[in-house]
Amino acid sequence: MTANGIFQIVFYLSVLLFLAWPLGVTMARIYAKELPMGLRWMSPVERGLYRLCGVKVDEEMSWTRYALAVLIFNLLGILAVYLLQRTQIWLPLNPQSQANVSPDLSFNTAISFVSNTNWQSYGGETTLSYLTQMLGLTVQNFVSAATGMAVLVALMRAFTRREVQVIGNFWVDMTRSTLYILLPLSLILSLLLVQQGVVQTFSPYQSAKLLQPVTYEEPVNGPDGQPLKDANGQAVTKKQTATEQVIALGPVASQVAIKQLGTNGGGFFNVNSAHPLENPTPLSNLMEMLAILLIPTALCFTFGRFVGDDRQGVAILAAMVIVFMAFLTLCVQAEQSGNPLFDKLGLDVIASNQTPGGNMEGKEVRFGIVNSAIWATATTAASNGSVNAMHDSFTPLGGLAPMALMQLGEVIFGGVGSGLYGMLLFALVGVFVSGLMIGRTPEYLGKKIEAFEIKMASIAILIPLIAVLLGTAVAVVTEAGRAGIANPGVHGFSEILYAFSSAGNNNGSAFAGLSANTPFYNILLGLAMLLSRYWVIIPVLAIAGSLAAKKTIPSSAGTLPTHTPLFVAFLIGVIIIVGALTFLPALALGPIVEHVHMINGH
Amino acid sequence: MLKEFKSALFMLLLMTLLTGGLYPALITGLSQTLFPYQAHGSLIHHQGTIVGSNLIGQPFSDAGYFWSRPSATTPMPYNAGSSSGSNTGPTNPDLETIVKDRITSLKESNPQQKLPIPVDLVTASASGLDPHISPAAAQWQIPRVAQARGLSEQALGDLVTQHTEGRTFGILGEPRVNILTLNQALDQGRAKP
Repeated sequence: MTANGIFQIVFYLSVLLFLAWPLGVTMARIYAKELPMGLRWMSPVERGLYRLCGVKVDEEMSWTRYALAVLIFNLLGILAVYLLQRTQIWLPLNPQSQANVSPDLSFNTAISFVSNTNWQSYGGETTLSYLTQMLGLTVQNFVSAATGMAVLVALMRAFTRREVQVIGNFWVDMTRSTLYILLPLSLILSLLLVQQGVVQTFSPYQSAKLLQPVTYEEPVNGPDGQPLKDANGQAVTKKQTATEQVIALGPVASQVAIKQLGTNGGGFFNVNSAHPLENPTPLSNLMEMLAILLIPTALCFTFGRFVGDDRQGVAILAAMVIVFMAFLTLCVQAEQSGNPLFDKLGLDVIASNQTPGGNMEGKEVRFGIVNSAIWATATTAASNGSVNAMHDSFTPLGGLAPMALMQLGEVIFGGVGSGLYGMLLFALVGVFVSGLMIGRTPEYLGKKIEAFEIKMASIAILIPLIAVLLGTAVAVVTEAGRAGIANPGVHGFSEILYAFSSAGNNNGSAFAGLSANTPFYNILLGLAMLLSRYWVIIPVLAIAGSLAAKKTIPSSAGTLPTHTPLFVAFLIGVIIIVGALTFLPALALGPIVEHVHMINGH
Repeated sequence: MLKEFKSALFMLLLMTLLTGGLYPALITGLSQTLFPYQAHGSLIHHQGTIVGSNLIGQPFSDAGYFWSRPSATTPMPYNAGSSSGSNTGPTNPDLETIVKDRITSLKESNPQQKLPIPVDLVTASASGLDPHISPAAAQWQIPRVAQARGLSEQALGDLVTQHTEGRTFGILGEPRVNILTLNQALDQGRAKP
């Protein structure tokens, strides 16, 4: 790793922690219904929303009612995004006359955005109207993130309750997350991004005259609309000359800000934040990378405040940072070492102040190796899934890092809200296992952990794993699944494994060579996203309900402390063991075999 | 159940209005007022026509221009209406074939240059629209451009240096050269012999 590379990593993490602490403390106040001065003018808006929606602020919900509210709200969201896509040609703000989206793709995209996955089977600038991007996707970027935060708040609140049946009001938790946290942060970030060069306009796409006209081969389509092939099976092409370049525009910055902050990750353009109009400079890149991990990091501090012991939040965050650093080092190292093929061909691959070197296939010069690798690690540690480089073209081990981070269950930072509630499930399993080992009653933060909690935690941990492995297996053994593969050999298997790891953990990034816009993948990946979002949320709320109903026991000499380095190490151990036992065989068949192939020059 | 349904429906409608309508409209209004140039795509105007964007690359193949990075967009390279990376995997045999082809055509067009080619010049960018090449990749092409334009290598070296952006604050990102503005400067005769 270069000195500058190490410096950029340290700088990134320092700024992140510096920003996350005050935000975390502020969020704790917001959820405790004490608004900071700067936000008080918004409270009439909040009250107005409740009045129009028939929500009574002080009316708390049982966990089943809370879950019901989440499910109905999300179901309506899916319907809305589906309908917008199916009718966009007849609606306003469609300057490029984008056609109505096919049913299977609309189904996939609707689930994808409502479940905070933001997997993209489509290319934004060639598929969706400005209206669909705004009213469908941007809205869900906010409220899917707010849903995750609300569920987390319900769980955190349950730890502080004693012998009650209620865990809070979903509408209040969701509205506060949107109004006081996501919206103000997005306003600031959008404007900073526009200043850097991210576009924000309702104008149609522009045409620019090229400095040098370009000649290219365009595939010829037959009368059936399919590409024609000659006798040798090669595509028939004809020479074309272009003198102009069409430049796609749109209301991009407003969507990019929230897609980064809300761990959504669905880009306005096809190549997401690799697009120069979505992420134009190293500074915009830093802001967007900070936004990926900002709220998930801050929520750890919020958690500490909530349960009245800052050390509990710091311990959880420490476990996240340690695992993150390990995978980040792997990714940077692998990408900077690059592809032996490029050495063999006599290219200049050594990083310096004149060239980024390393594996530059699928990366942008302004970001180079280090910023592409930090992004890839952050976006998969969090369940963000936006990209600034093409993960499919990463070296095998460089691509293993993001894939494995998703497979750990999106708990290393994870999604806003969902990452921390996922991590707390592992903490429950951690205290349970350690309790068994040393013969103490398992308890966490003053609550006894019993069979019900462990059963629910197990369901929530196992369902995503099953979705990933079963989905991969089905795709690998069916013709329709294998048809989507872009790269030959074991890398093709990695593409499928990555897709299901992403959908099955609500991440959304891709080995994008895979042709996933087919009814087969749209439906199967859509189901994986649904299953793993809601079959984590429901058990988490059940645990919240059960914990709130329990007595709080004061800690005694027999209590296992959960803020110590020992517990942090134990927690990491539980996460790694569950992840490794489940996925090592699959990883061995994909990236690990490919790595061996690559270094042996095959 | 019915009560939650009603709350959900109204909440979705109002959130749509707020975060899908008012929020993007407000940001658009503020951006158009505060940063109109950036908000419209950092477009470059020349004699009344748009000749590109400062942030979007263009393809070049004439010997007298500096060449951009390979682009995987379809059907034409640098199609800014449909961004795309190659997504070619590291052990895909196609990668070797295509990179070899690129090396051959770069070397044939620039036989005087004996230094190794910087890797970014023969690998496709993530967006297919990368507006930059590395300073080393620009330096590497100087002999070819100098010969085609009848300019000294020194003059071109100076021009490349002028168009080189360092790391932001000396730390962030990578040093780079904007290929479109560099070539426009060449056409405007800004390289002094």
